[in-house]
Amino acid sequence: MGLTACGGGNATTNNNSNNNSNATATINAAIGKVFAPSTKKGGTLRLANSGDWDSLDPADTYYGYSWDFIRLYGRSLVMFAPKPGSAGLQLVPDLAQSLGVPSDNAKTWTYKLRPGLKYEDGSPITSKDVKYDVERSLDKDTFVNGPTYFNDWLDVQGYTSPYKDSSADKLGLKAIETPDDTTIVFHLKQSFGGFDYFAMLPATIPVPQAKDTGIKYKEHVISSGPYMFQSNNLGKDFTLVRNPKWDPSTDPNRTALPDKITVQLNVNADDIDNRLLSGDLDVAIEGTGLGTAAQGRVLADQNLKAHTDLASLARTWFAVINSDVAPLDNIDCRKAIEYATDHEGYQRAYGGSVGGDIATSLLPPQIPGYQKSDEYNFLGKPNGDTDMAKQELTKCGKPNGFEIGVSYRAERPKEKATAESLQQALARVNIKLDIKPFPLADYAKLYAGKPDFAKSNNLGIMIYGWGADWPDGFGFMQQIVDSRVIRAAGGNTNLGIKSPVVDGLVDQAMAATDTAKRNQLWGQVDKAVMDTAMALPGVWSKTLLYRPDTVNNVYVNDGLGGFYDYAWMGVKS
Amino acid sequence: MAGGPGPPATGAENAVVRYIIRRLLAAVVLLFVVSIVVFGIFFYIPRLAGATPDDLASRYVGKTDNAVQVHERAVQLGFTDPFYVQYGRFAKGILVGADYNLGPTTEHCPAPCFGYSFITHNPVLPELLDRLPVTMSLAVGAALIWLFAGVATGVLSAIRKGSVFDRAAMGVALAGVSLPIFFTGLLSLAVFSYGLHWTAPGGSFTPLENNPVTWAYDLILPWITLSFLYSAGYARLTRAGMLETMGNDYIRTARAKGLPESTVVLKHGLRSTLTPILTIFGLDLGLLLGGAILTESTYSLPGIGKYAVDAITNNDLPKVLGVTMVGALFIILANLLVDLLYAVIDPRVRLS
Repeated sequence: MGLTACGGGNATTNNNSNNNSNATATINAAIGKVFAPSTKKGGTLRLANSGDWDSLDPADTYYGYSWDFIRLYGRSLVMFAPKPGSAGLQLVPDLAQSLGVPSDNAKTWTYKLRPGLKYEDGSPITSKDVKYDVERSLDKDTFVNGPTYFNDWLDVQGYTSPYKDSSADKLGLKAIETPDDTTIVFHLKQSFGGFDYFAMLPATIPVPQAKDTGIKYKEHVISSGPYMFQSNNLGKDFTLVRNPKWDPSTDPNRTALPDKITVQLNVNADDIDNRLLSGDLDVAIEGTGLGTAAQGRVLADQNLKAHTDLASLARTWFAVINSDVAPLDNIDCRKAIEYATDHEGYQRAYGGSVGGDIATSLLPPQIPGYQKSDEYNFLGKPNGDTDMAKQELTKCGKPNGFEIGVSYRAERPKEKATAESLQQALARVNIKLDIKPFPLADYAKLYAGKPDFAKSNNLGIMIYGWGADWPDGFGFMQQIVDSRVIRAAGGNTNLGIKSPVVDGLVDQAMAATDTAKRNQLWGQVDKAVMDTAMALPGVWSKTLLYRPDTVNNVYVNDGLGGFYDYAWMGVKS
Repeated sequence: MAGGPGPPATGAENAVVRYIIRRLLAAVVLLFVVSIVVFGIFFYIPRLAGATPDDLASRYVGKTDNAVQVHERAVQLGFTDPFYVQYGRFAKGILVGADYNLGPTTEHCPAPCFGYSFITHNPVLPELLDRLPVTMSLAVGAALIWLFAGVATGVLSAIRKGSVFDRAAMGVALAGVSLPIFFTGLLSLAVFSYGLHWTAPGGSFTPLENNPVTWAYDLILPWITLSFLYSAGYARLTRAGMLETMGNDYIRTARAKGLPESTVVLKHGLRSTLTPILTIFGLDLGLLLGGAILTESTYSLPGIGKYAVDAITNNDLPKVLGVTMVGALFIILANLLVDLLYAVIDPRVRLS
C-alpha cells in the first residue's frame, strides 16, 4: 500500500528511510523515525477518546495523553523535544528561552521567557501568568486531578490557593518570584536536580488571571499554543481551530499542520478501532492501542499489520514480593519466587510479545540510566529455573515449600491471568498460591497498598504495575521503591519495597544536578531493588498503535511515554 | 385529558383528574424512596462495611494519594457528616437549590438542583437535560418502528399461521431476541457505516430542530438495531395473543355477521390483543427513556444511558442519583400514560 507524503520534511524530520514523497506503510515505520514527513498545512485531524479527559485545564490534568495533546493549545516553560526515538527524551525550552538555570545548590531555578509571546486574544504572555497557573495548581480543593509536585517541592510556606490569596494581584506565593514580565524564579524546599521536568508540567502553562473562572476555566482555556477552542461540549466533543495570534517564530517545536482538530469523547472503544481501520478516524487519543478484537484482525492481515507501531511505554507490569509475610521475610525464600516464575507465562498474560518484552528489572529500557541486567537469569530460563528455586527454598529452610496469597485487581483480566500463571509455575516447587482478587479502585487504598491488611491477609505476592509520569529515573522509580513513602494508613504506591540501600541511592539521585550522574544513580537504584528480591518484574509494556493512511508526519515520542506526537501530526488532504 | 368513550363528560373528567393527581402524588413518594435507597447504597452501605469518609473521598482526588488532600476532599464533599445530614443537603438542593464554590466565584444552582459531579464539577441537571433529546429521539423513533413492525408481523403471522411467512418471521424474531445489541450494533456499524458508507458513523447526532433529515439519517441505524431487538418480542407476543383471540366465539360471531375480514382482524381481534402489548410497551419505553444503555454505548450516542454508564464507572454519585431519578420518573409517567390509554383501547376498564 502506498502512502504519499507531501513535502520533503524539515531538518528534524530528515531521515534516510522516510524522507521521500512515497512513504510505504510498514510495521514500526513511526518508531525511531518520522513516517511520511510533511510540512503541508491544511485538513482536519479527527481524534476520538473512549473516555473523557480528567480536565482540559492545565492546572488540573494528569493523564498522559492530555499532557501530549495540551501542547496544541498551551505552552509550558519547557517540553520534550519533538523528535523520534531517544532524542525525544531531551527537554527543550518552550515558553522559556533556555532550560532552567540552577543556583543555591539546585534549590533555586530561573527561567526567562521568549519575547513576543501572545494569547489567543492578542494580549501578552508574562511570567506572572505562569506563576498564576502554578498557584492555581496548588489549590487541591478546586483542582483535584493534577499532580502535586509543586505542592511537595516548592517552599510554599503555607500558601494554598490564589483564591484565598489576600494580595491584590493574587500572586502572593513567595516560592515563585517574577522580578519582571519575562523572568520567573522558583524556590524549592530542598535541592532537586531534575526541576526542568517540573517546568515541563502543564501547570506552567500561562493562565491570564482576568480570564480565570476556576473550575469552569476548562470550558474555555485561553490558548497560548497554535490552536484555540472553537467549541467545547463537555463530555461530548470539542473542536480546535488555528490561533491567529500564535507566532511560529516564537515556537520551534510545533508544526501546526492541520487547520482544524476535532475530538469526540466517550466513544465505544471497539467502534474507535473499526473507524481507524476504515480511515474514518485519524487517532485514538488515549494511546492504549488496539483492542483485543481489532488486534486479532490486524495481526492476521499483512496489509493492516503494516500500519501498526509497537510502541514502548514507560510502564512495567510487575509484582511486589511482600517481606512482611512469613517466610518471605527471608530473602532466599523471595529469591525462590524469582527463580520459579514462568516469565513467558507472565508475558503471555499481557498478550505475548505484542503486550511487551519480558522485564528483567523495574526500570524500562528506554528510560535514561537503564543498565542492562538479568540478576535471576529470566531470559536464560524464560519458563523459570526450578532447580535454582529449590536450592533457594532449602537455603531459607523451606525445602517443602510454603503457602501464601497472591492479590490482583479484579477488573483486570491480564492480572488474573498473571496470578494463574504464577500459581501454576510456583506449584512446581511446592509454593502454593491462594489467588485473591480485590477491587481496582481501592487496591492501593484499602488492600494491597495498606501494609497491615496485606500482612494479615497473607498477601505474599501483590500483582501491580507502574507507569512513569515522565521518562526519567525519578519519574518512574521514586514513588514505587522509596520506603519512606509507605504509610500505615494505606493508599501507597510503593506496595512493600523496603531497603535502606535503595533509599540511600534514591537520595543521592534526587540531589544530583549533573544529568549523566543522576541517570547513572537511578540505574543503580534499579539494580539495588533487584538485589532485595522484593520486586518480581513481569513485562515492559508495549502497545500496538494503528496509523491510518490518512495521517502523515507521524512518530512515537518516547518523551511523551509512547504516544504519537500530536503536536506534529498532519493529515493528507 | 380524554376519558373513556361515552360517559358524561364532567364526571369522567373529574375522575380522571383525581386519578392523575393521586398517581402523581404516589410518584413523588416513590421518587423520594428511590432517592433514599440510591443514596444509601452509595453512602451508607460502604460505611456499614467499614469504609471511612476518606476511603470514599479517595475516589474523587484524581491520581493523588496525599492523605491530607484526601481528607480535605472528604470534608469538602460532606462525607464526614452523618448520613441524614448528607441526604438533607441533597434534598435541600432539590427543593431550594444550592451554592457551589468554583474557586474565584460561587455559583448558585437553582432548584431542582441535583448537585454537581464529584469528578467534573459540572451541575448534573443541565447535563441530563442536554442529553435528554438524544435518548428521546432514539427511544421514541425505535419504539414507533418496533411497535408497528412487531405488531404487523405478529398479526400477519397469526392469520397465516404455519405459512412460510409465519415460520420465516418467527425465525427472524428469535434471532432478534437472541442477538445482543452490542453485537448487532457494532456489526451493522462496521458494515453499513464504515464498509458501505450508507449510514452515519458512531457518535453522530443532530438535534431534530437543526435538520430533521440529518437527524433521521444519523439515527436510522440505532433505530433499526434497537427495534430489531424489541420487535421480535412484540411480534411473538402479538402472534400468541391474536391466535388466542381469533379462536374466540365473538370473532366467529363477527364473521357470521358478514363483517369484512379486515374489520374482524383489526377491530375485534387486534384490539383486545393490544392491551397486554400496551402494558409492555409502556414499561419498555419508560425504561428506554431512562437510558438505552447498551444502544447508546454501542453507538457512542451522548444520551442518558451513556451518561449513566460513565457515571457508574466513575462512581460519580450525583450523576448516578440524577439518572436514577430521571429514569424512575419516566417509568412512572409511562405507566400512568399506559393506564390512561387502557380506557381508550378497552372500554371494560374503568379508571377509578
